[in-house]
Amino acid sequence: MHELGIAMQLVDAVTERARGARVRRVVLEIGALTAVLPDALRFCFDLATAGSAVEGASLEILERPGRARCRVCQREFELLRPFGRCVCGGTELDWLGGDELRICEMEVA
Amino acid sequence: MCGVCGCSEPEHESEPLAHAHSSHALEHSHAHHYDPARAHDHVHPHGHDHAHAHDNVHAHGHDHAHAHDRDSRLIRLEHDLLHKNSLLAGQNRAWFQGRAVLAINLVSSPGSGKTTLLERTIAESGLRWKLLVIQGDQATDRDAARIRGAGARAVQINTGTGCHLDAAMVARGVAELDPPAGSILAIENVGNLVCPALFDLGERARVAVLSVTEGADKPLKYPYLFRGTQLVLLNKTDLLPYVDFDLDACKDLLRQVNPDVEMLAVSAKTGSGLDAWYAWLTQRLAIAPQQTAQGAAP
Repeated sequence: MHELGIAMQLVDAVTERARGARVRRVVLEIGALTAVLPDALRFCFDLATAGSAVEGASLEILERPGRARCRVCQREFELLRPFGRCVCGGTELDWLGGDELRICEMEVA
Repeated sequence: MCGVCGCSEPEHESEPLAHAHSSHALEHSHAHHYDPARAHDHVHPHGHDHAHAHDNVHAHGHDHAHAHDRDSRLIRLEHDLLHKNSLLAGQNRAWFQGRAVLAINLVSSPGSGKTTLLERTIAESGLRWKLLVIQGDQATDRDAARIRGAGARAVQINTGTGCHLDAAMVARGVAELDPPAGSILAIENVGNLVCPALFDLGERARVAVLSVTEGADKPLKYPYLFRGTQLVLLNKTDLLPYVDFDLDACKDLLRQVNPDVEMLAVSAKTGSGLDAWYAWLTQRLAIAPQQTAQGAAP
């Protein structure tokens, strides 16, 4: 359950940047190829925000698809898991996207 | 309240203040009438892009998106979700580089033989290098005691309910151990193939230990962890005759999740294959830290 640790870091980061203002909304970008489960993070966000300046804020998660390029044929395709097989049979893939783990923006009042 | 900078100063509502907002919502500058009685915890670099009187008429263009109503504003952050850990990991990495300490993050499932591997590595290191260990476990200092028994200095970090080491815990361990210049610092992470994958500790290399009793498909079942490693030590190879483990299949699956990873087959019990591991350590220790890839973040 590393999502709780991540949620706590998230709360620390936005509290610091809010400089005492009340945080209403936090927008994250999470790639499909990261080990972070958006649902688990939403659950932990509520736990981690309790009693903080972020309490009651809504959490918006922009999920980014995984993309890979095959090292054999250079074909690019969508990757649903952190491994896969190209139509040419190649399994050695370079990731082009899907590893995002970012705080994009927040709305404060 | 100012709808852009969010200052909650009551004077804002009653007396007009000269305001200037630069293009970046967070680092925006603004001029306030100085009130010596009021404590200011923010800096005011006077870079005025467009000054305007704060009279509630917001007829000015911003090149950043934000909800521009009177009581909320949008702050663009665009930073790493694990920002705090990354900052501390960067500090650890700089400290290691400054002292030419080779820090290795050892990850695996519980019982793969990490501690046995370290015990043997310490016993056989001779004068080749000095090895120190940070031990991460949820509870007990049994592993640190084993390392000390093998002849090396070690600190035990108990994570309690935590399932991984983070950069702050490692910083505390480093402060206590104070590894000498040119030494190897082995950081034995909590036995867990999931959570340690996400936390950069500031190490130069991440090494996974996988034992043949665990099954050849572990890399595919725990791809995040194996994706972020530079070396996989396949341990307990002395048991290969007794277990159903397909070495070639394991290598193939490992390359699917991490095409660039190295794999060495070893037995920490019999010593088989360990010369290659020692050669790997020696080679890494000899490479100037600046020339190696920064970090091992997944």
